[in-house]
Amino acid sequence: MLNLDFAFLTPEVITGYIAKGLIFSLQLTVVAMIGGIVLGTVLALMRLSSKSWLVMPAAAYVNTMRSIPLVMVILWFFLLIPLLTGRPLGAEMSAMITFTLFEAAYFSEIMRAGIQSIPKGQVAAGYALGMTYGQTMREIVLPQAFRNMLPVLLTQTIILFQDTSLVYAIGAYDLLKGFEIAGKNFNRPVETYLAAAAIYFIICFSLSMLVKKLQQRIAIIR
Amino acid sequence: MRNRSKGKLGTWDWQVFCKDTIEGEVMPRCFGSGGNTTYLDWMLSAWGWTISVALLSLVVALVFGSLMGILRTTPNRGLVLLGNAWTELFRNIPLLVQIVLWYHVLPALVPPLQGLPSFLLVVLALGLFTSARISEQVRAGIQSLAHGQRMAGLALGFTLPQTYRYVLLPMAFRIIIPPLTSESMNIVKNSSVAFAVSIAELTLFAMQAQEETSRGIEIYLAVTGLYFITAFAINRVLHFIEGRVRVPGLIAAGDK
Repeated sequence: MLNLDFAFLTPEVITGYIAKGLIFSLQLTVVAMIGGIVLGTVLALMRLSSKSWLVMPAAAYVNTMRSIPLVMVILWFFLLIPLLTGRPLGAEMSAMITFTLFEAAYFSEIMRAGIQSIPKGQVAAGYALGMTYGQTMREIVLPQAFRNMLPVLLTQTIILFQDTSLVYAIGAYDLLKGFEIAGKNFNRPVETYLAAAAIYFIICFSLSMLVKKLQQRIAIIR
Repeated sequence: MRNRSKGKLGTWDWQVFCKDTIEGEVMPRCFGSGGNTTYLDWMLSAWGWTISVALLSLVVALVFGSLMGILRTTPNRGLVLLGNAWTELFRNIPLLVQIVLWYHVLPALVPPLQGLPSFLLVVLALGLFTSARISEQVRAGIQSLAHGQRMAGLALGFTLPQTYRYVLLPMAFRIIIPPLTSESMNIVKNSSVAFAVSIAELTLFAMQAQEETSRGIEIYLAVTGLYFITAFAINRVLHFIEGRVRVPGLIAAGDK
């Protein structure tokens, strides 16, 4: 029977191997969340517009992204970006671009639902007050849509954080990679993978508990 | 051998699939013969692995997901707690980490698992990961039924299991077919993560064939297309089932 020994996970090892990976995973999550929500909102507005030349490309983009496995999307971008720009791009940078563009598709579906949850009368009221389309969206619809959808957006962000581990496919140095390298160097793979699972669980579980709390509070405001 | 500019956009070379995987020669009929394999042979076998992983995981996920989802709606607090703990555990660890745990860690901790082929370990990992999500849907489906249905069943003298079997589950499962459909398509997509433990499925094929041939775009396009086809086929099958089991007048037709 195997003896588990976590003693090698000293503060030095943690700062040396794991902190670097954790920071990248968090960075990637935050960049993809912000970029994805901004781009996703634009896509959602395109899909809800009345002009078919805006609806079709947005719908095609969202549906394509949503039907390809994330690992394949990561591989696609890692292959295509250097071909298009003519320069090799690091795995980390490539991951940032990929996740932003990929998550935009998922965030756009959430924002679309959020925008549709606002009664049409409010848009009509905005126009009646002489507001332009941009003003109506910015001042009336989007703030409410965003607030209504905040729990869902955050839940998607937790999934996004879990998905960042898939940068494994292109060898970027993320949280899992940090644990894996530490495990190899100290010949303790079993312990490091267990520790990695524990860290991911703690982060995701506590975040989802926070989202639940937030959801209850938002429900009260409404 | 044609030496087209390697890796540039705009030049296609679909003949890459007819090449022998060892010699690199283009085979006349695209399929290898006499023990040789072409990239096309390899890709089709990888597709088979993807489909096998996905379908078997789906079975595991449906069995455990339904069981846990049902437990979470029983009046027994211990069972509810078990179902909740199961769901939170498998939902809050990334799939890749779970697959790595099943492959590298559990056989070291639980010796009987050492004899299992890695294919089965991945099926268990993907199946249990998805079971957490299916348990959410089953629970939501059961809870969406009017509470009176459960009470009516019990009042008629059904035991609790009978109430589930004859009253609650037949309706609950019909209600959750649409989310189960998208979960089944997710399982096809998620099976790609099995590349990490060297299951010879489509994504691993894509990575290795891309490296060997440098015809990444053609290979990725073909693989992406196969994922599309697989997910679409599953969607159609479940849509068909949804239509066949529909109770007239009770649930709005889900025509897409």
